Amino acid sequence: MLPRIIEKADMDKLLGELLKRHRVAAPVAKDGRFVFKEVSNPAEVRLDYTISVLPPKKFLMPQWDSVLRARLRGEKQELKAFVEPEPIVIFGMHPCDLTATWLLDVVFAEGEPDPHYTERRKSAFIVGLDCLKPCDQYQFCLDMGSLFPQGNFDLFLTDIGESYFVEIGSERGYRLLEECFALARTATNQDFVARQNAEQQKRKNFSHKLPFDVKYLPEILDASYDSLIWQAVARKCFSCGTCNVVCPTCYCFDVHDELDLSLSEVDRRRRWDSCQLDSFAKVAGGESFRHDRSERLRHRFFRKGKYLLEMYGRRGCVGCGRCDRECVAKISSVETYRQIAGSR
Amino acid sequence: MVDKTSNTNGQVISPYVPRMARIISVQQFTPREKLFRLAMEDGAGLSVLPMQFVQVSVFGVGEAPISVCSSSSNKDYFELCVRAVGALTNALHKMGPEDRLGVRGPYGNGFDPLLYQGMDFLVVAGGLGLAPVRPVILRLLENRAKFGKVTILYGARNPAELLFKDDLKEWSERQDIEFLVTVDRPDEGWEGNVGVITTLYRKVRISPVNTLAVIVGPPVMFKFAVLETLSCGVPEHRIICSLERKMRCGVGKCGHCQIRNVYVCRSGPVFTYEQVKRLREGI
Repeated sequence: MLPRIIEKADMDKLLGELLKRHRVAAPVAKDGRFVFKEVSNPAEVRLDYTISVLPPKKFLMPQWDSVLRARLRGEKQELKAFVEPEPIVIFGMHPCDLTATWLLDVVFAEGEPDPHYTERRKSAFIVGLDCLKPCDQYQFCLDMGSLFPQGNFDLFLTDIGESYFVEIGSERGYRLLEECFALARTATNQDFVARQNAEQQKRKNFSHKLPFDVKYLPEILDASYDSLIWQAVARKCFSCGTCNVVCPTCYCFDVHDELDLSLSEVDRRRRWDSCQLDSFAKVAGGESFRHDRSERLRHRFFRKGKYLLEMYGRRGCVGCGRCDRECVAKISSVETYRQIAGSR
Repeated sequence: MVDKTSNTNGQVISPYVPRMARIISVQQFTPREKLFRLAMEDGAGLSVLPMQFVQVSVFGVGEAPISVCSSSSNKDYFELCVRAVGALTNALHKMGPEDRLGVRGPYGNGFDPLLYQGMDFLVVAGGLGLAPVRPVILRLLENRAKFGKVTILYGARNPAELLFKDDLKEWSERQDIEFLVTVDRPDEGWEGNVGVITTLYRKVRISPVNTLAVIVGPPVMFKFAVLETLSCGVPEHRIICSLERKMRCGVGKCGHCQIRNVYVCRSGPVFTYEQVKRLREGI
């Protein structure tokens, strides 16, 4: 399907049409930052946003998610998987978050598929949006190979001056565009050149932050396993788990039961969990298998840079920099990677 | 592509929906441990390998992974030996015959001794570790002629904490196996062995060439038992152990049981010592 062009002046109209037909989540400004939220008015949407505080992952894997409903009393006990995704258009996902979603897709579809994620994912539309310059000093997406999208979107928008170049990534994306904005014209040769120029300029706007190629990261991590650096970094760490909460690839969850007031209905829910908390790997008998803070910190770094790559063929870090940006203790992943590379 | 998340009726299949099981009987082993005998309500039974586990649900309280401890050849019912330590296990201890539970699984790789016919077996169990390893022992005994020498070592803190006392009696009377029990702290009536489990190694002969060792117990016991087993000459890849981890899902999603790049619920809980050693965070 040939790419289309949408004039910037028509963007509000397109969003308006989308909003008439779908739930739409998009970046909006909040307290001097940006967040993804469900919008009702095209004027709220900030396509010039830098990076959202929480990743748009929250619409595919909500902080709280029912997995099972059980009725305990009455004639018959009833158990029902709770899978009722409400379709949503996630509008304006940047390449880092698109790349992160790719990992989540693999994790939840692989082995025994998790329908609570996969059904929601299938029902969602993803409209990507290129960011043409670094969001701030924390990102290192170029190093992590997520500067440009590698698919995994229904539509993808690139700002080419007066208009958006719209790449169509799926049949569903094509239909969405047809239904909401059939007037979008097909891209011409000039538009392709303009997009290419935009991408080249984008590449120039970013520079490498790691002193090594990311393909060596698993090896570098492996060699650092016994390094004192992990203890040194952990001295600053509060084990608060903020890095996990803001991470677009963190998918670990805890499960707990909620009883209604009549004690007859149970809602089994999962919620985001954090491997930085001591309780994460603690068994009922009291044994904690990563009791030391440095072990938990190291586990997170290894998981992002090495383990997930070995398990799923996808890196667990996309270089969005959210963990560093939000870290209460100002721990820097980039700095930590540099340090372990230097200590070999 | 085949859509694995829904069945032919278009209903969504979730790996998190348990089947219902009914408690048939409860036996109090010690103040802390009870044996629950359960049957699946759908009549389809539970097909399980030794050292596999199930996710047990008490609705309103939660879910926890528990090893199946009954014979794997038994399809009508299965047993769980449960120590009351957490929210779920304490709730379980308050339940009795006819009460209903949710059960998912079995999960994990398990370990089938029948794949190692003709070999000598050394089974070492510490404390509650006897529960997960009991299906291995039962399978060895049910197919006794298919294996070489069978040696079983079992250690508990004190005589009051010994589990499966009927089994222990039967095993100690059998002539075709060597079965030794020890306690760390004897009480007045105790006439058996005293000392940690490794002291039993002096009383048995283990062939280094043909022995498969299965060691299940608390981490501290595991370290010393592996050391003793290695000093008998048994190689690292013939030492089998089962790892305990926190698990929420059992299907490799929730992340809790992860050790480096493996999910214990899927790649384990049974590993060789050679694998555990490489994982480094195993014990």
